[in-house]
Amino acid sequence: MRYLPLTDTDRGDMLAKIGADNIDDLFVDVPEVARLDGPIRGLPMHASEMAVERHMKRLAGKNTVAGDVPFFLGAGAYRHHVPASVDTVIQRGEFLTAYTPYQPEIAQGTLQMLFEFQTQVANLYGCAVANASLYDGSTACWEAVAMATRVTKKNRAVLSGALHPHYSEVVKTMAQFTGDVIADSAPAIQAEPDLEGLTSRIDEETACVVVQYPDILGRISDLSAVAEAAHAKGALLVVVNTEPVALGAIKSPGEMGADIVVGEGQSIGVGLQFGGPYLGLFAVRDPKHVRQMPGRLCGETVDAEGKRGFVLTLSTREQHIRREKATSNICTNSGLCALAFSVHMTLLGEKGMRELAAENHRLACIAADRLAKVPGVSLLNNAFFNEFTIMLDGKPARDVVRALADRGVLGGVSLGRLYPGVERLQQALLVAVTETTTEDDIETLATELEALIKEDAQ
Amino acid sequence: MNAPNKSGWKPQMEVADATGEHVTTTGNRALMLEEPLLFEIGHAETTGVDLPEVDPNAATRLGSLKREEPIGLVGLTEPETVRHYTRLSRQNYGIDLGFFPLGSCTMKHNPRLNEKMARLPGFADVHPLQPVSTIQGALEVMNELAHWLIDLTGMHSVAMSPKAGAHGELCGILSIRAALEARGDAREVVLVPESAHGTNPATAAFANYRVENIPATPQGRVDLEALKARLGPDVAAVMITNPNTCGLFEPDLREISDAVHAAGGFVYCDGANFNAIVGKVRPGDLGVDAMHINLHKTFSTPHGGGGPGSGPVVLSEALAPFAPLPYTARTADGVVHLIEEEQADEFAREHFGGELSSFGRMTAFHGQMGMFTRALTYMLSHGADGLKQVAEDAVLNANYILRSLEDVLHAPFADSGPCMHEALFGDKDFGGGLTTLDLAKGMIDEGFHPMTVYFPLVVHGAMLVEPTETESKASIDQFITAFRSLAERAIAGDESLKQAPYFAPRRRLDETAAARKPKLKWEPQEV
Amino acid sequence: MPRYFTDEHEWIDVEGESATVGITDYAQEQLGDIVFVELPSVGTMLDKGGDAAVVESVKAASDVYAPISGEVTEGNDALEEEPALVNSSPEEEGWFFRMTIGDKAELEGLMDDKGYKAFVDNL
Repeated sequence: MRYLPLTDTDRGDMLAKIGADNIDDLFVDVPEVARLDGPIRGLPMHASEMAVERHMKRLAGKNTVAGDVPFFLGAGAYRHHVPASVDTVIQRGEFLTAYTPYQPEIAQGTLQMLFEFQTQVANLYGCAVANASLYDGSTACWEAVAMATRVTKKNRAVLSGALHPHYSEVVKTMAQFTGDVIADSAPAIQAEPDLEGLTSRIDEETACVVVQYPDILGRISDLSAVAEAAHAKGALLVVVNTEPVALGAIKSPGEMGADIVVGEGQSIGVGLQFGGPYLGLFAVRDPKHVRQMPGRLCGETVDAEGKRGFVLTLSTREQHIRREKATSNICTNSGLCALAFSVHMTLLGEKGMRELAAENHRLACIAADRLAKVPGVSLLNNAFFNEFTIMLDGKPARDVVRALADRGVLGGVSLGRLYPGVERLQQALLVAVTETTTEDDIETLATELEALIKEDAQ
Repeated sequence: MNAPNKSGWKPQMEVADATGEHVTTTGNRALMLEEPLLFEIGHAETTGVDLPEVDPNAATRLGSLKREEPIGLVGLTEPETVRHYTRLSRQNYGIDLGFFPLGSCTMKHNPRLNEKMARLPGFADVHPLQPVSTIQGALEVMNELAHWLIDLTGMHSVAMSPKAGAHGELCGILSIRAALEARGDAREVVLVPESAHGTNPATAAFANYRVENIPATPQGRVDLEALKARLGPDVAAVMITNPNTCGLFEPDLREISDAVHAAGGFVYCDGANFNAIVGKVRPGDLGVDAMHINLHKTFSTPHGGGGPGSGPVVLSEALAPFAPLPYTARTADGVVHLIEEEQADEFAREHFGGELSSFGRMTAFHGQMGMFTRALTYMLSHGADGLKQVAEDAVLNANYILRSLEDVLHAPFADSGPCMHEALFGDKDFGGGLTTLDLAKGMIDEGFHPMTVYFPLVVHGAMLVEPTETESKASIDQFITAFRSLAERAIAGDESLKQAPYFAPRRRLDETAAARKPKLKWEPQEV
Repeated sequence: MPRYFTDEHEWIDVEGESATVGITDYAQEQLGDIVFVELPSVGTMLDKGGDAAVVESVKAASDVYAPISGEVTEGNDALEEEPALVNSSPEEEGWFFRMTIGDKAELEGLMDDKGYKAFVDNL
């Protein structure tokens, strides 16, 4: 077998050294009831690279590749161009096959990269400190709520109705076991989010208010007033961002007074990957909150010769030391995705990030205007970045999305898919546009949509 | 004192010391190149991508939210970027470079076919919310992987979405809580062995359980009688690691499971050490109710400097109805189904005889697809026969190390029978105030990644060595020679070890200073 | 003013109706370099033997328990900037917090200077 270096001679010599007659002597502690007489039945035997590759390619071939068709899906996962050098870097064995940097003398590569990553994320979010990543945006969102309850010593979270439904589901699932959470079931269909309604639900018992920016319908609005209202009641503002590219164009959450900013980093460097692995980003505006943060933190220090170096620090917050009193049970994070993010961010820089955001927004404006011209289609949003909601007059968007797929267009995410059973959202279609979208793609979507609507009307 | 080496080269510590005479102008040492921080070499106006210039007069739909202030990013061109990260990478130790015997982490070779397959556009460039008709291949990957996991563990179902081992633990414990609550049986306590991974008590506490320790026998195993005596109507679950963190198989697990079930509780098995028994023993045969599987350990997906991982959780029939969505389950006809929110009610009615009782959702989307494709590729490569050989070789290598070093190093459980895939040593015999940490740093100079140190907590100065199955005998023999030499030096109280490593990119780092005045972000120097 | 000790290595100075609490020289020795001290906020009601503060070194976090019951009246803010004071002057400048004395009788079970020395010598 190509991954196993021991020869039968080696095995024999080693058993002799151990003083065992055969390999099963080393498994004597396995009780009789659990001993097997050979390889597990019902599974295939080993296979060559060629055979495995053939099998996997057959499966891959059954999926429609986003890059092969006009593509407009978003809702928390965005298709951006990832420069070729990103993958080259993350496939270097020294990064790919390293472990969590517990031995800093031989892990400075990972550690310095994490220090740079933390700086990039903190600056992008307008925060003082970012951690070295969490699993993904949705779990980071829950960790933010849990942190807010530790900081404020209160246990109620107010969730905006326009928070990604998977994110609020994750928070509600976890909160069943820990505290109280209030949440809207689904967003109201209107051009502007109901921030006044949201702030009116903040009271003295509130630990935090959680708002997505841009929100699940693609809307963007100034959250400064929400921050003030939260702070007035001793609550924290948690801002969730699922599209980091937006922050190249719009104000940072930290600038608007967010206390904890979390999000999904997948857009930068990571790719779609059918939903994972992704990259949880987590930052705080006030450095005094750092000891309540979950996850790993990399800090600067010096070595015994006075040279600058980096280490994992403030580890006493973590499970391997604090056990049942840890700030989180997280152990593995999303290190390699953080590297991909950081490399892509380095290639972009300030200039590239501004340009990338501007290009996304430019194309999204073109798409919004074009789609709004299709009879029976109207644009919901006043303001948006690269994703917006259109209403399909009298038509269930889910059916439209399926029909578009049959015509070779991946036309967006229907809100019906995200909120099954919520009647008022069934006609809403979420459309995302990035720098990978061409004006031809937009025209194709508009034309096919128009044809579908006409077809149906007949 | 140094391990013999074929070239006859002898390290000269004074030369490598920065205070010595061989100092370079750049601070570089031939292939070892110092690299400044990105923020010290990059510029706001530099970029490594070609995008249209921003038109400052373009109309926007951003409302009043245009970002006016600088973000604070810097860029590099592509050649500079590649060089920056290549130089950084060379300051890292990885499996590709050498032996990485980090106990309980299973640092085995990461096959490159896995990487190639995960990058097929049909897997890598697919959106999780595409219409189901366009993602049949992705769902098949999940189903096939689920099928393997269920067969390898002898369990009923598998929850695919947990993102890593600790997330999987939480999934298992929450399933248990949901199952107990469904029968109106609120329980308060989770029993955890003292030797458990820190994630176990942290997880139980997160799920609002009180954690109590289970004592161990002097032979390093769960004290069956003490455990039985503690069981009662308040115990929700027992969390056990098998093979345990002392590197031993728990021979009483079946009896433990029966006792826990008789007392109305559930058995959670930490699957971190599954590599020792994959293809050899099925946890389902031992009465386990839930177990996470670290795809990044047993099934060779890369650790990536700390993730991403993937932690699917296999479940017994009793827990299956409570699994988080999405999950996969095999029905009586042998078919494996992927169950999402929309199918869940109907599936539960048909197969679990009731309404949906999933405890909820643990993450957005479906789980770590990129890890699923890698793990499935690995399983198909090895097959049932190869995986059995994986466990056998992993266990053989560990026992070989244990028996080759027990004469020189304190091996607390050497008399407890064969170890599984890890050999455990302690620092009891070290002299001159030398510690496990000193020996570990000495390993770095010898060109190895150190073993896991100070874990499990039940052994003083613990050193947990996990060779895995992907090391050759020559590689293990070289490690044994180096380890023996270092152990002898530590026992003799060799002071020079206290300053090791001498040859790494950095000497020992001041962790106290880092924690007292945390500097967690680059700040521009005041001019 | 009398100083008492607990078997968890806290010291407590009693001065009239108020007391000052810190950890002993022996305790700081065992913990190594202290990097952070988490103090109870003013107004916190402490129960004898309950968690009062947390003291952290690089690799360990230890709870500091209240030697007696009472209300926290002041924390040693200097420790926030300079946790190393706990190492350099554990029983003077490195004090943790001041508190009221809820029940004088609780002092009776504590050790005096000599008793604590003997206790430590036996460890």
